Amino acid sequence: MITSASHFTIFVLNQDSAYDFYVKKLGFKVHTDASMGPGKRWLTVTPPEQPDLEINLMAIDEGMMFKKEAAEKMRELVKEGTFGFAVFQCNDLMATYEELKAKGVRFKKEPKREFYGFEALFIDDSGNWSSLTEKNKDQ
Amino acid sequence: MPSEHLPKFYLYRRIVLAKLFIDEHFAENINLEDIAGEAFFSKFHFIRLFKKAYGKTPHQYLIWVRIENAKLLLQTEATVTDVCYSVGFDGTSSFTHLFKRITKLTPSVYLHQQRLRNIEISKSPLKFIPACFAEQKGWLENRNFQQLH
Repeated sequence: MITSASHFTIFVLNQDSAYDFYVKKLGFKVHTDASMGPGKRWLTVTPPEQPDLEINLMAIDEGMMFKKEAAEKMRELVKEGTFGFAVFQCNDLMATYEELKAKGVRFKKEPKREFYGFEALFIDDSGNWSSLTEKNKDQ
Repeated sequence: MPSEHLPKFYLYRRIVLAKLFIDEHFAENINLEDIAGEAFFSKFHFIRLFKKAYGKTPHQYLIWVRIENAKLLLQTEATVTDVCYSVGFDGTSSFTHLFKRITKLTPSVYLHQQRLRNIEISKSPLKFIPACFAEQKGWLENRNFQQLH
């Protein structure tokens, strides 16, 4: 029986820029930031109130994971906004939306009432989108 | 116009500005009544809207921001006393009390644990990375890479 999730991955174009976006703009906490040799870095962050869920901000590098052509293709797909990786929760969508807008975060979908709650979609510095949701009180 | 009658959009902007003010000025001697005044709310209305948006009263949020920043500073070379004053507390006993209430650890125990963890991360980073990812990245092939550079 699977009990919970501990890690998930967001593929990013640049880890320094992803650090600024997720830590400085979204307010996530750095969990582990380890140098793995020249130009290689393991960087995970956690949502502010969920310290046991590590989000791996993984650079799309040519190497064992991606061959040169695959890395180029993946970078293009990320830039084009192909991938949506996560649904993040907040207490109050309008307040969070206004705060992120004030910090320069771009939105793919403005706040909209959905059957499960109130939702907006933001775009990270690489082009990945995520949902920002305020759940209905009865859910 | 009384703030209760302003469009919701404006109220949110004001609450957000108050929150960003705390984020920026947490280390100063912030008077939350002034913030409520700046936001044009009655104190009661301000606290109620702030708590609805952020799950904490402005005072609880200010303490939380100070402790979160203290946690970051305790991972540097700073002493507990330096950190206490750097994040806006006016004495180590209230700092220690609030730090322990929020993190369940005293600042000095936290400092010690974090410094040991950071040393361990730089010495043996693979202990902190699931093997599936390390293998995909090719980091398992040269396990002592950190000694090469």
